[in-house]
Amino acid sequence: MRIVVAMKQVPDTAEVRIDPERNTLVRDGVPSIMNPFDAYALEEGLRWKDALGGEVIALTMGPPQAEAILREAVSMGADQAVLLSDRAFAGADTWATSHTLAAAVAKLAPVDLVLTGKQAIDGDTAQTGPGMAATLDWPQLTFVGRVLGIEGGRIRVERYVEGGVETLDSSLPAVVTVLKDANTPRMPSLRGKMKARSLQVTVWTAADLGLPQSETGLEGSPTRVVRIATPESRSGGEIHRGSPEELAAILADILLGEGGGE
Amino acid sequence: MSARLEIRTDVCTGCGLCTSACPFGALSLVDGTASVSDACTLCGACESSCPFGAILIRRTGTVAEGISGYSGTMVIAESREGAIDHSTLELLGAARAIAEAEGGPVSALLITSVAGDGPKVLSEHGADVVVVVEDPALGHYLTEPRAAITRRIITERKPAIVLAAATTTGRDLMPRVAKLLNTGLTADCTSLSFDPGKGCLLQTRPAFGGNIMATIVCEGTRPQMATVRPRVMKALDPDPSRTAEIVRIAPEPGELVSRVRLEGFRVLDEGIADIAEASVIVSGGRGMKTPENFSLLSEIAGLLGGSVGASRAAVDSGWIPYPHQVGQTGKTVQPRTYLACGISGAVQHRVGMQSSDTIIAVNRDETAPIFQFCSEGFVGDLFEILPALAKEIRRRRGSA
Ligand SMILES: Cc1cc2nc3c(=O)[nH]c(=O)nc-3n(C[C@H](O)[C@H](O)[C@H](O)COP(=O)(O)OP(=O)(O)OC[C@H]3O[C@@H](n4cnc5c(N)ncnc54)[C@H](O)[C@@H]3O)c2cc1C
Repeated sequence: MRIVVAMKQVPDTAEVRIDPERNTLVRDGVPSIMNPFDAYALEEGLRWKDALGGEVIALTMGPPQAEAILREAVSMGADQAVLLSDRAFAGADTWATSHTLAAAVAKLAPVDLVLTGKQAIDGDTAQTGPGMAATLDWPQLTFVGRVLGIEGGRIRVERYVEGGVETLDSSLPAVVTVLKDANTPRMPSLRGKMKARSLQVTVWTAADLGLPQSETGLEGSPTRVVRIATPESRSGGEIHRGSPEELAAILADILLGEGGGE
Repeated sequence: MSARLEIRTDVCTGCGLCTSACPFGALSLVDGTASVSDACTLCGACESSCPFGAILIRRTGTVAEGISGYSGTMVIAESREGAIDHSTLELLGAARAIAEAEGGPVSALLITSVAGDGPKVLSEHGADVVVVVEDPALGHYLTEPRAAITRRIITERKPAIVLAAATTTGRDLMPRVAKLLNTGLTADCTSLSFDPGKGCLLQTRPAFGGNIMATIVCEGTRPQMATVRPRVMKALDPDPSRTAEIVRIAPEPGELVSRVRLEGFRVLDEGIADIAEASVIVSGGRGMKTPENFSLLSEIAGLLGGSVGASRAAVDSGWIPYPHQVGQTGKTVQPRTYLACGISGAVQHRVGMQSSDTIIAVNRDETAPIFQFCSEGFVGDLFEILPALAKEIRRRRGSA
């Protein structure tokens, strides 16, 4: 099995706060982390490597500092690390990102399986996995809560959807996007940490991937962010104060008048 | 030849507005003028923040595919055993509002094994045209056949805008189709409007864990595609006098091929009334203190015929299971009445319930953010107010 895990470095959105005075994002001191969902994708790749043999390649597109998450992946057990980094990649939307990642997967051929997190916590789009599958013309299995088995060139998974769970079976190669239900990511090992320290990260540019400028970064992106704002405030309504009994009476007026079905 | 950010140092006043507008922390002031670092993703937030026009993003050689000849809005319908999903009806409501400004027709694409009265329902809720692709092989959703058919119909019918619900189906299908059509897709929108000047759909969605709202456009390619969060847009009341043109199209045999096979489907019965369907939700947060206290909420929900919701803090504390969670990482709900008890109103909670018709908050801290956006706020201890409320409702019911 040759497994590629596509991952992203993201700001820890749990730490992002709004400056109430200026209504802007406070990013000072916000740490950059491996997208949490991608850690589950990596663990899934490592589990199947442990079971079936083969190798796991951690892949990311980003600025030079994004190699931190590749080293983290290697410390957990990934065998190789590839960083796609080029000024030409900047400003990529999900079309250009999945296009660039797919070109790297093609260059890494033969690949049996691409795993990635359900979505990245900064953009929350969930579009990069299916975009890669479309570009590679591979089947896709999204929102996967459990990989049941890999055998005879096929993969069986459980896909969690509204109201139920699908059991799906697909030919390989395929792109699989995983949920946090899939597993529990392992901790880095001592050996892994040492390997990560001395690791040579492979860096590929747009030219290495043979991608024209018109297909990467801002130029290759059909969409553009035109405005960023903090969620608009709905002005506060009436505020009631008083004894519990007084408040309960007003509440009952509102609830039984509107939603009580009297 | 590349896209880049240009700062006109002659115009820049060093006011610093752009440095706080940048979501990536890429701008700083160096010697009194703005300066950009490698962290820049060319998102454009600074460009619009600068009151002096000192920041420009130069886009050279952008591919502008033919965008003429595309018009109207197409809604990708979802149905289960012949019944059209409510999320599809909401999309039709949004599409009608877009059509007012855009001018083109509203169409619906129904791919199914049993059309039943689906076309009629779609028509009554706002479709001018219903394209029906019906085949016994198109029962349970599988990505490849749906993507192949959807792609062909879009290519043939040339809608300017394509909308699908941000369900696991829509979020699986749309990115595959958009990539194949070489066009833009915006995920999980919570607001849509059409800018007639630019001829563009303004697509607004939460990002960074709901901390910011980003408005996204797709200028150079068509169609403009978006998935839309369920329960945010409003469906129109059905109008039986509306009769859409019905166009039946057969799938091509090659389109039915799927490398993925469905082996089974297990219905998950969560054993609770689904909060996404409830018209009254009584929700509890960290202020509930213990799991046992949720019975206070169940009691009131029971009296009002509603369901019990929760904040993530309550779910993470293990007081109530995850299917009850409202918010960014839980469910989006749109009940007539949302009663929030001991919930502070963090932005991630708010994005899941803010389109409720009436939001009522009970909280003892009058500075809690929820009081800034609720419709009716009650300042006090919920452990005193809620039992009094249950008693009061019983009393009125009894004497009514
Ligand atoms: C990426 C991300 C995703 C998230 N997703 C979600 C999500 O989907 N849903 C969600 O809810 N949150 C989500 N959160 C968490 C969110 O930021 C808040 O932490 C959470 O909503 C807080 O829950 P709370 O209001 O119950 O608790 P708190 O903020 O602790 O508020 C408790 C409130 O109870 C009041 N209170 C206490 N005792 C009493 C009493 N006796 N009587 C009356 N009032 C009392 C207090 O005054 C306080 O206002 C997310 C966060 C992140 C970073």
